[in-house]
Amino acid sequence: MIKIEFLGPIGKAPLEMEAKTLAEVATKLKEEHDLSQWLDKCAVALNDTMVNDLTLSLKDGDKISILPPVCGG
Amino acid sequence: MELYHGALDTKEIFGRWLDEESQSNYGAYIPFVGTIRAEDGIEALSFDIYEPILQQWFDDWQEKAQALGAKVKMAHAIGDVPVHSSSYISAVFSSKRKVALVLIETFVEDFKANAPIWKYDVKEGQRIYAEERSTPMTGAGLFQ
Repeated sequence: MIKIEFLGPIGKAPLEMEAKTLAEVATKLKEEHDLSQWLDKCAVALNDTMVNDLTLSLKDGDKISILPPVCGG
Repeated sequence: MELYHGALDTKEIFGRWLDEESQSNYGAYIPFVGTIRAEDGIEALSFDIYEPILQQWFDDWQEKAQALGAKVKMAHAIGDVPVHSSSYISAVFSSKRKVALVLIETFVEDFKANAPIWKYDVKEGQRIYAEERSTPMTGAGLFQ
């Protein structure tokens, strides 16, 4: 099972799903209507490391974080 | 890297950083202070932070600084910070002035672009995401 958490202002409860790659997670998240305004501008982390490759394989217990636009300072 | 709930005690932190490096033989110390201005009717700004990735981001910068013979430090607030107080401070220590001047700019600009921190305006007690002032992180849109 893969856990997905939504950070900052997204305000969505964490999800759990079965998925073998990041691409599968992306496909499933696109079906979540409350994310439609977020996904095109969010970055993605896998187990707290920023990632940029949809072909990455996932294993049971992995955590994916969805990071919306930032503004520190 | 230091995180605090509420406004930063800038004098204490800057003074302590100066003391910490007093024997390190750095020739330059350049501090940066971010202070919250009163504008658009806000009472405060408020911040969410995702610490695991912020720590990685900071550690990467520390490695870059060390390769230049320098050191970076930063402190940031979590939660509400009233106007006219400080939510973010950082500093560069370096053996050479020019290295420190360049590094403070690139460090602070990348902080604004890629540190996992989310800002909210606080008006009449309500937190409002500062969406128009926020920037998608490097690599954003992977799941679009």
